[in-house]
Amino acid sequence: MPKVTIEGKTVEVENGTTIIRAAAQAGIEIPHFCWHPGLSVAGNCRMCLVEIEKMPKLAIACATQVSDGMVVHVNSEKAIEARKAVLEFILINHPLDCPICDEAGECNLQDYTYSYGPGHSALEEAKNKKPKRVPLGPNVVYDAERCILCSRCIRVMDEVVKNPTLTFVERGDRVYIDTFPGKELNDPYSMNVIDVCPVGALTNRDYRFKARVWETSSTEGICAGCSRGCNINIWVRNNEILRLTPRFNPEVNSYWMCDNGRLNSFREVNSAERLNSPLVRKDGVLQEAGWDESLAHAADALKPFSKDEIAVFGSAYSSVEDNYILQKFAKQVLGTTNIDFLQHTIEGDQDNLLIRADKTPNSCGAREAGVVSSKGVDSKKIFELIAAGKIKALYVMDDDIAASKEIEELLTKLDVLIVNHWVKTKTTQLADVVFPSATFAEKYGTFVNFLGRVQMFRPAVSTLEQERVPGRFTMSRLDKFGSAFDKWNKGPRRNVRSSWEIISAVGNLLGGKMRYQSAQKVFDEIAQVAPSFKGLSYAKLGDRGALLSRQGSGSIGKKSKEEALVS
Amino acid sequence: MSENGNERIKPKMSLWERLYFPEILRGMSITIRVFFRPKFTRQYPEERWIPPPVFRGRPVLVMEDETGVERCVACGLCARVCPSLAIQVQAAETELDKERYPKLFEINMLRCIFCGFCEEVCPEEAIIMSKEFELTFTNPKDAIYGKDKLLIPASQLKDRLDFLKQYR
Repeated sequence: MPKVTIEGKTVEVENGTTIIRAAAQAGIEIPHFCWHPGLSVAGNCRMCLVEIEKMPKLAIACATQVSDGMVVHVNSEKAIEARKAVLEFILINHPLDCPICDEAGECNLQDYTYSYGPGHSALEEAKNKKPKRVPLGPNVVYDAERCILCSRCIRVMDEVVKNPTLTFVERGDRVYIDTFPGKELNDPYSMNVIDVCPVGALTNRDYRFKARVWETSSTEGICAGCSRGCNINIWVRNNEILRLTPRFNPEVNSYWMCDNGRLNSFREVNSAERLNSPLVRKDGVLQEAGWDESLAHAADALKPFSKDEIAVFGSAYSSVEDNYILQKFAKQVLGTTNIDFLQHTIEGDQDNLLIRADKTPNSCGAREAGVVSSKGVDSKKIFELIAAGKIKALYVMDDDIAASKEIEELLTKLDVLIVNHWVKTKTTQLADVVFPSATFAEKYGTFVNFLGRVQMFRPAVSTLEQERVPGRFTMSRLDKFGSAFDKWNKGPRRNVRSSWEIISAVGNLLGGKMRYQSAQKVFDEIAQVAPSFKGLSYAKLGDRGALLSRQGSGSIGKKSKEEALVS
Repeated sequence: MSENGNERIKPKMSLWERLYFPEILRGMSITIRVFFRPKFTRQYPEERWIPPPVFRGRPVLVMEDETGVERCVACGLCARVCPSLAIQVQAAETELDKERYPKLFEINMLRCIFCGFCEEVCPEEAIIMSKEFELTFTNPKDAIYGKDKLLIPASQLKDRLDFLKQYR
């Protein structure tokens, strides 16, 4: 294995490693535009020029492989001079419109120009005019003047998405990027080109001009769009989610995420249809009520029924903790085994990259937490029993079960229907008691993805009772210097609670003993009780998550057909 | 030495000064001289002072005369630089060449300290300090000026715009 010295630091790296990767291992960043760790090497931006001893000329760090005894200087006089020249060259035709550019604040070109740029240009000529505001597809807008022609977007579409759509057209200083004739950038992964773009040439049509980067703060989260569980950053301003961007996790989503997850999985959090208070049916109408009142109402409503008259629905949309508490509530407090959760799969809507047919983030976790049908009573059977009038009370957690007219009619037959949900749904409208619950962006919890990877998420949006955790999100300028009285701090704080809190409170009113201080405490108990979670804790999950142990209940571990497709 | 440790300085007076009366007469002579000078007290509400272009009154947004469109591109740099966080800008897309415009532009005049940083940082010369300094409110909410109050035609701001040109 070759040993290489970069900026005085010696590292031993694998054979065939490029200098830029070796430097990263040594903790040294070499400025670059066209190189991306998830893509092939293009070597056309020339930004990563470094000085290598005994080599006559500077070499690009992204394409030069290390050899034993190589000595590399990143910040030598020659290398700095070269970077200055490259930046001046790139900036010849780059417009000075940082103030109106969405990328400003997270732009590589801007950062590098600040750090290494010459601060002036030798050219006096007017800048090139190129097409601006070109819609490349439904979600991506292209600005050719800002483009530095690094070809990252082309390579993403070719290599990662495997749907070649973009290409360079024209030559010389007239080059710009366009779609192939008759093609449109409408791939389900098209928006990854925005993330890889080192400048503001490709912008997100949904997020365009909504906010400046320094006004938003990002929190690490997990996408709730499907059972892949892509790692994301949730960008929030004024307690409102503005956009989602993928976060690197080699075990789950690498650097990528799909457009559907990016655009739609946070809509329900911001929705105008959010429930903001517990609702209790009085005189046939759902009316707002306080927490204590409605919790007592729910407990009283469930009391008269025997264990066979009650059924409980868990949810693949809510966390492992929520589902664990729900099944504990069902089995220990209500004593019923009528428990299941609904699958939400769209057959065929699946591919080999990220998108899964199972459109819920946590069906695996719900199963592992113990929300599994037993004695042949599954969701179908529960509906049959409701139809037969044998089940008279139903508790539904975080799911809209009234998917069809028939089920809607079935639910009207129930004596008692208690629902937890974050938005108004058909199910909540039929309910007798509705509890507003927290979404994946407002609570602590874990999801288990289809490969059995347990991943943790934290509140990105504050609720009335749950603040964001200091130190766990990047501080925007408004977070740092603003006060609670600022206008931009007046975003809606919803009166919601995590489902596990609501259910344990109902359970305790019915004589249960479920007293937990936090979701972490619930998870610690799960780690003790459930064999598949053995040895796990929030601390151990970290940024990348951890796999369930294979000695679990059996639903994980065995390679399913779907899984075989991916690997 | 006084209590706080500072040395108290007692002025040393000459004999003439210590005689007292001559000094009174000297003072009176100044008073009487000023008494007959022309008045410069302004009868304020009736008589107004028009500040010079260098004066920093409340910040306003420049509106182009011909088109009636604001110069502002809603880049938010004024909000970024504002030391008292008085400015709030929300951008939106427009069909015009400038691509973006402020859908919402609000300055909280109770917070504004008239430092002029917003004017200095503005890349479009779109927010400038006006001559207006009389700001009274009866309700804190009235102090939040929206686009309706902030937009002023460029022709009315000629003094300040010409003044700024000297320093471009």
